[in-house]
Amino acid sequence: MSGLERLLETEPVVVTAGVEVLAGALEAQSVEVRRTEWSPPAAGTEAALALLAASPEVAEANEVAIARLLEVRPHLVDVVPAARVIPALTERTFLHAGPPLAWADASGPMRGALMGAMLYEGWADSPEDAVSKLEAGEVELAPCHHHQSAGPMAGVISPSMPVLVVQDPDTGGVAYSTLNEGLGKVLRYGAYAPEVIERLRWMERVLGPIVGDVLRRRGPVDVRSLIAQALQMGDDGHNRNRAGTSLLLRTIGAALVESDIAPVADRSVVYSFIDSNDHFMLNLVMAAGKLIVDAASGVEHSSLVTTMARNGTEFGIRLSGTGDRWFTAPAPLVDGLFLGSFTAADANPDIGDSAITETIGLGGFAMAASPAIVGFVGGTASAAVQRTLAMYEITMAEHPSYQIPILEFRGTPTGIDAILVARTGVRPQINTGVAGKVAGVGMVGAGLVEAPMRCFVDAVNALAGGVAGI
Amino acid sequence: MDSVEVRRGTYHDSVRLMQASRALQQAQGVEEALVAMATDLNRELLAGMGFDVTVIGEAGPNDLIVAVRAADEQAVAHARETLETALVAKVGTDSGMLSAPPSHVVGSAAPGATLALISVPGEYAFVEAMDALEHGLDVMVFSDNVPIAQEVFLKQAAARLGLLVMGPDCGTAIVNGVGLGFANVVDSGPVGVVGAAGTGIQQICCLLDEAGVGVRNALGTGSHDLSIEVGGSSTLRGLAALDGDPSTKVLIVVSKPPALEVATKVRAAAEECRTPTVVVYLGEAGVTLEGAVSQALELLGKPPPIYASWPAPSDDHRPGSLRGLFSGGSLSSEAARLAAAAPGEVGRDEKASGHTIVDYGDDEYTRGRAHPMIDQRLRLQRLEAAGRDPQVGVMLLDVVLGYGAHPDPASELAPVISRATAAGAAVVVSLCGTMGDPQDRDRQALLLNEAGASVWLSNAAAAGHAISLIKEGGR
Repeated sequence: MSGLERLLETEPVVVTAGVEVLAGALEAQSVEVRRTEWSPPAAGTEAALALLAASPEVAEANEVAIARLLEVRPHLVDVVPAARVIPALTERTFLHAGPPLAWADASGPMRGALMGAMLYEGWADSPEDAVSKLEAGEVELAPCHHHQSAGPMAGVISPSMPVLVVQDPDTGGVAYSTLNEGLGKVLRYGAYAPEVIERLRWMERVLGPIVGDVLRRRGPVDVRSLIAQALQMGDDGHNRNRAGTSLLLRTIGAALVESDIAPVADRSVVYSFIDSNDHFMLNLVMAAGKLIVDAASGVEHSSLVTTMARNGTEFGIRLSGTGDRWFTAPAPLVDGLFLGSFTAADANPDIGDSAITETIGLGGFAMAASPAIVGFVGGTASAAVQRTLAMYEITMAEHPSYQIPILEFRGTPTGIDAILVARTGVRPQINTGVAGKVAGVGMVGAGLVEAPMRCFVDAVNALAGGVAGI
Repeated sequence: MDSVEVRRGTYHDSVRLMQASRALQQAQGVEEALVAMATDLNRELLAGMGFDVTVIGEAGPNDLIVAVRAADEQAVAHARETLETALVAKVGTDSGMLSAPPSHVVGSAAPGATLALISVPGEYAFVEAMDALEHGLDVMVFSDNVPIAQEVFLKQAAARLGLLVMGPDCGTAIVNGVGLGFANVVDSGPVGVVGAAGTGIQQICCLLDEAGVGVRNALGTGSHDLSIEVGGSSTLRGLAALDGDPSTKVLIVVSKPPALEVATKVRAAAEECRTPTVVVYLGEAGVTLEGAVSQALELLGKPPPIYASWPAPSDDHRPGSLRGLFSGGSLSSEAARLAAAAPGEVGRDEKASGHTIVDYGDDEYTRGRAHPMIDQRLRLQRLEAAGRDPQVGVMLLDVVLGYGAHPDPASELAPVISRATAAGAAVVVSLCGTMGDPQDRDRQALLLNEAGASVWLSNAAAAGHAISLIKEGGR
């Protein structure tokens, strides 16, 4: 039966958009009505949305892009020095979180992290020396996202740092992230005190080589499977990674015992280090995320969001169909809870590549799976469920592996469609930590932030520039 | 005291705004209130209510005006609170933890649905309609002011997908007995209707109902469907589909004056139909909706009935010209064609002098406001003015009942009609409705009649009566 025959022969089920009275008139006839709460799209997208709606290639491209995104099977295979696998780092270069950034525009925590990296690499002998060299442009700065990598908060990756290597066995694609340093005074929040540098050196000397050896002994760890299990144990994959970290440690436990490249005392410290850092898994989720979004990039005409990242100054997104172009807006402030005596006045604008978790259907999008942190991010369990449910409207798929028990194991909302963001006005929500705005203060809170609409308005207009229209 | 406030970039649908205005008018201490988008027409309406419109300044159709005239500041403040409540959406208030939040776009509400009814402002309708088609839904686009290129594109996409687009600017449809948009309550039956004439379809359904004959499907195709650009796409596809329905014994195709080549194409398609088909193009000589219904009844072997009317107590009226104030485009078209028999030119817009017949449901009068079948304020104001205008001898208006239309139009019209007839004007009403309509048709007729109007179920009869009054001249 064609749709036209169905119209004449069957009892209709009607979606209504617009005048409420017309929906009411249908209900008065006992017709099943699905009301929408329609409102005009984001200002400045009207013409672009009409062009895109008339372009069949957009829907086709999105099918391709989302299929690629869901197909990726990230496996953790190794830990190696960054310079060995990221060609850009063989020069005097630092990678950083978010869209491209100049030192002059960098925020406090970003500056602190870059200074710390100068000291760590031995390229500066004092913080002041580091500042003057960075000011002089002696070190190239490039986004992690341009180099198959992603880093939390400031996200600084320097040549000597060990990185997690995540690979897709089907395609051979790879992506990288640093190893998580833990909480407190850490480089990613802009701290560069001696103990921060000392920890980085220990990670380079002890942690990286041991975990690398363990992985080579044990064989690849299936990250998708770890994430899927962790979601069912109360993680969101962004702000809560306690279950994932525990699962990872359990997975590599035997190999860690067997590893003979380091004394047992070192291996014991490695165990304790991972065990005491609930966020150890975060960087692995991010590396997996980078592998996933890179696979979905470069599909002409696709409105799939492949990057959401912040550098502490700007929030930037990229679409699969608009190449390497960033669409940026000032980084917003995070609405959340603050630790100790910190207040909103101490907070830096949003920072970090960790919004890659939301880009692949985790974090704020999987919040319904993580009742344990809803208080921390300023909500109730019910609000968390509602927030996840709201994200289904702006995503292309439900993830086949990442399931949410309380939603009857429905897959997480995955694959943000920039067109739907512009049409609905529903902005992607990100669960995130908050960095202090003064370098070295560290984490001052955690909460929720929504991606700025301006990024999506510009992205949708750019995408519309590439279609024929009516 | 008067308070006029402009809220920039605030969107609410025009019916909600009308309801909000009504809620404000009923708030304690409030004498007058208008909540509307800042279109030229609404600005004029506001000025007519005696408000100072200079404060509106540069505000345009995307900005909201809130105007309140109340006893004192306290009453104004109270009115504002009332407004906030009235403007809050009542959708999705189910706060169950696992209940999904409301959808914002058609596509996300589409799973399990079969049809989309889109009545968002015209500039946004295309995106939602395409979304509906891509999700496998048939579409009715109630919205007007949709660019013709978008309509052509939508209808081509629908044809490719085996779906039907009714509209844009489609006011009515009945699908498998369910009324969409403005639709009268009729029984299911042997007649199928298709066409680009909303109130034409409604009039046909109502007259058939009066003759005891039902309609199962009546497909509105949108007022531009029989233009050169669109080429009758939905009318032809709808006609073919209805022709294939064995329960349909007679078909009626109805349109306001179509483009000539499209008219020919549609007539040829009608002749090809296995089902006997009556084609009625309003504007052709000798053609009326009532006449088309008579033909259809004849094909069914039924005699046409004498349609009810409620004559005015007196046909006496002051001399003057004809003022037609319509909410239905087809009814207005039909009346205008019949009025060509009256002495003198008949103008079709408000600026014309002498006899005029104006369709207040036309695009130019509906930007930023609800259709006059829902929101009668503009027409009430014009009626009031015509009643006071000594140049006007006879007023002719339609009142359309059914789902979607104003719940009790006569209650608003009657006082204005009383004043007009008291001032010496004759008022003739074409009442388009059925006994099953929720407004209680005969009570509506009685209220209008008691106010001094003559009331007719057949639009052609109403127009004919008005014209004979003009011809007779007044006293």
